[in-house]
Amino acid sequence: MSQAVPTTPDIDAPEGSRGDDTKAPRRTRSDKAARRLTSKPASIIAICLAVLWTIPTFGLFVTSFRPPTEIRSSGWWTSFFSTDYTLDNYSDALFSGSTSFASYFINSIVITLPAVVMPITIALLAAYAFAWIDFKGRTFLFVAVFALQVVPIQVTLVPLLTQYVDWGIAGSFWPIWLSHTIFALPLAIFLLHNFMKDIPRELVEAARVDGAGHVKIFFVVLMPLLVPAIAAFGIFQFLWVWNDLLVALTFGSAKDVAPMTVRLAELSGSRGASWHLLPAGAFISMIVPVAVFLGLQRYFVRGLLAGSVKG
Amino acid sequence: MTRTTTARGKRGLTVLAAGGAGLALVLAGCSSSDDSSDDTADVMADVDCADYEVYGDLEGTTVSVYSSIVDLEAEQQEQSYDPFEECTGATVEYEGSKEFEAQLPVRIQSGSAPDIAFVPQPGFLRTLVADYPDALTPVGDQASQNVDEFYSESWRDYGTVDGELYGTPLGANVKSFVWYSPSMFADAGYEVPESWEDMIALSDQIVEDTADDPDTKPWCAGIGSGDATGWPATDWLEDVMLRTAGPDVYDQWVSHEIPFNDPQVQDALAQVGTVLKNEEYVNGGLGDVTSIATTEFTEAGYPIIDQLCYMHRQASFYQANWSTLDPDLQVAEDGDIWAFYLPAPSDAEKKPLLGGGEFVVSFDDRPEVQAFQAYLASPEWSNNKATATPQGWISANNGLDTSLLQSPIDQLSVELLTDEEYEFRFDGSDMMPGQVGAGSFWTEMTEWIASDKSDEDVLDAIEASWPSS
Repeated sequence: MSQAVPTTPDIDAPEGSRGDDTKAPRRTRSDKAARRLTSKPASIIAICLAVLWTIPTFGLFVTSFRPPTEIRSSGWWTSFFSTDYTLDNYSDALFSGSTSFASYFINSIVITLPAVVMPITIALLAAYAFAWIDFKGRTFLFVAVFALQVVPIQVTLVPLLTQYVDWGIAGSFWPIWLSHTIFALPLAIFLLHNFMKDIPRELVEAARVDGAGHVKIFFVVLMPLLVPAIAAFGIFQFLWVWNDLLVALTFGSAKDVAPMTVRLAELSGSRGASWHLLPAGAFISMIVPVAVFLGLQRYFVRGLLAGSVKG
Repeated sequence: MTRTTTARGKRGLTVLAAGGAGLALVLAGCSSSDDSSDDTADVMADVDCADYEVYGDLEGTTVSVYSSIVDLEAEQQEQSYDPFEECTGATVEYEGSKEFEAQLPVRIQSGSAPDIAFVPQPGFLRTLVADYPDALTPVGDQASQNVDEFYSESWRDYGTVDGELYGTPLGANVKSFVWYSPSMFADAGYEVPESWEDMIALSDQIVEDTADDPDTKPWCAGIGSGDATGWPATDWLEDVMLRTAGPDVYDQWVSHEIPFNDPQVQDALAQVGTVLKNEEYVNGGLGDVTSIATTEFTEAGYPIIDQLCYMHRQASFYQANWSTLDPDLQVAEDGDIWAFYLPAPSDAEKKPLLGGGEFVVSFDDRPEVQAFQAYLASPEWSNNKATATPQGWISANNGLDTSLLQSPIDQLSVELLTDEEYEFRFDGSDMMPGQVGAGSFWTEMTEWIASDKSDEDVLDAIEASWPSS
């Protein structure tokens, strides 16, 4: 058995048993992982998994184009033999309500953008302080912030709403923005802090020797390196806010501020008779997150790996 | 015939118009839309503002309304407020949510209660009054007078908690209906049963006639309804309870003067079991007995259209589901689908009628809120609502002009509701405390069907869950 890689003997067993230790170039773990993941069986497994995971969504997609009577009487997989597809579900979902779907769509955007930008801005500053500024009680404070993640958001709903009513901002967009910001901060600070910590100390110290202050270090040295992490958390937060129903329902279900998820929840009607509209509604609301995800996915993967797994 | 064709023509036009308007709207962004004006005109057609002078001048005021009614029905609600808004100058801000029952207490606790809320169960109203005595406002004089004048004593009682009137009646529905297909009955030579015994005999007859077709059964049922799964089964028990034990015992049962597992309730449940747990009777087109628990109540009647099932017991509001299934289906006595009154035993003195309704509660005593509550209890509102609603809405208001009701089943419902021969009782599970009426009663009835729990165990478990106070 090979002595070269004592940490993971099972991985290298077939290779190492071939013989000479010194000949085998020393590979890092990630190289090996990459090699193993690109092998043929692994690819086949990955494709199978991808197909399995996509089938329900695909079924939903097909269903969204089928007439209601067909949806009720047979499964979507039987519809390939007929050409009976319709756009009625989409037109009903979009235009059947008294308030047009477009205004809910815009509400969703108006809610989501600040609710993504606000926590990231605050978390960047906080993470920088936790990572690069020495002050008393730093560790304690950091652990405390991180521990706040344990608080379930459900218990905060009534007290928060009471506050918003006292401040006189209930019914506007502010309660939704503030709530999303509050709920996102612990994780945002934690992720960005870990990422900032990974940046080599020498880099920051060199900048300091050159006379850069905190502001300059933050913007000139760290910011360019932080882009993947910010993008990764941005996507996380975007998806969470876009798909959120609970916060929207509690803090802003009035028509002027309600996002699309609130409208979707009502789409099936008071007694749920129109549930055939739900697949179409789901796809309308999915378009934006899917587009964002596909557009930013390379950041997503890179940012996630960089933030958590240290090599 | 004429009505359906025009309705269909209108629908086509609306879709077309909506397509164009929608495109414009997408471009225009979030303009608050008022594009349903063509329907609104109907409601406003013969409104005489003199009738609204009693409410005074409310120019510049706003009343917020919160309820569980959403989507199309919510639009019809809003339309019925137009005359009030037009004549008094007040603005009504309507908001509907299917999470109403969870969200209303949250809003009350945080001090952002709406001005007006529509509470669908007297039991929930009682819970609200008990939990938040300061939040709810007792009904004002004007609305109270309207209730006295236009509603029967019993409807006033449903909205009364500890001698104080908190809720004025809004809409109503009738639950003692059995849906069937008149043409199927005619083809097979069946008659609409006049008594419970006839109905059982008819069921047996159907079993015999369809012996060679294992999928076809006399009855179909479904009690699935998300986290409220089980409620259609509670309606079954209440309906049968009214018939076997009589309305007086029913009242005692609902108010817990007799225990939930009283022998008379056991008899009633056993009788429900002769239909719902009878493998020969159920579940037409859907499966065996346990399929009742897994079938959504919204879908449960549909096998009738496929001729796999003959009878389906469900409330008057189920008519909306038929038109969702197929807008061309005619709900009429000589049409594709119709309903008969769930018959009483032949020896019953009066015909019991099970039903439900919503109640208007207010959280503020500003004049405009009081005026709006009074308006909702007035015959003017009932008539405006009837005009705005093509189908699926009735009221127990005796000032309601029944000729304004546009669907035959609504007319029949009001007919039964106002007929002296029928004795109305409110849905028992809606009157019971929430832990039972919206809790153990639902879950245990589901168990009764899904895992064949015995009658006795089911009733004992519900009795045990009754709050002690």
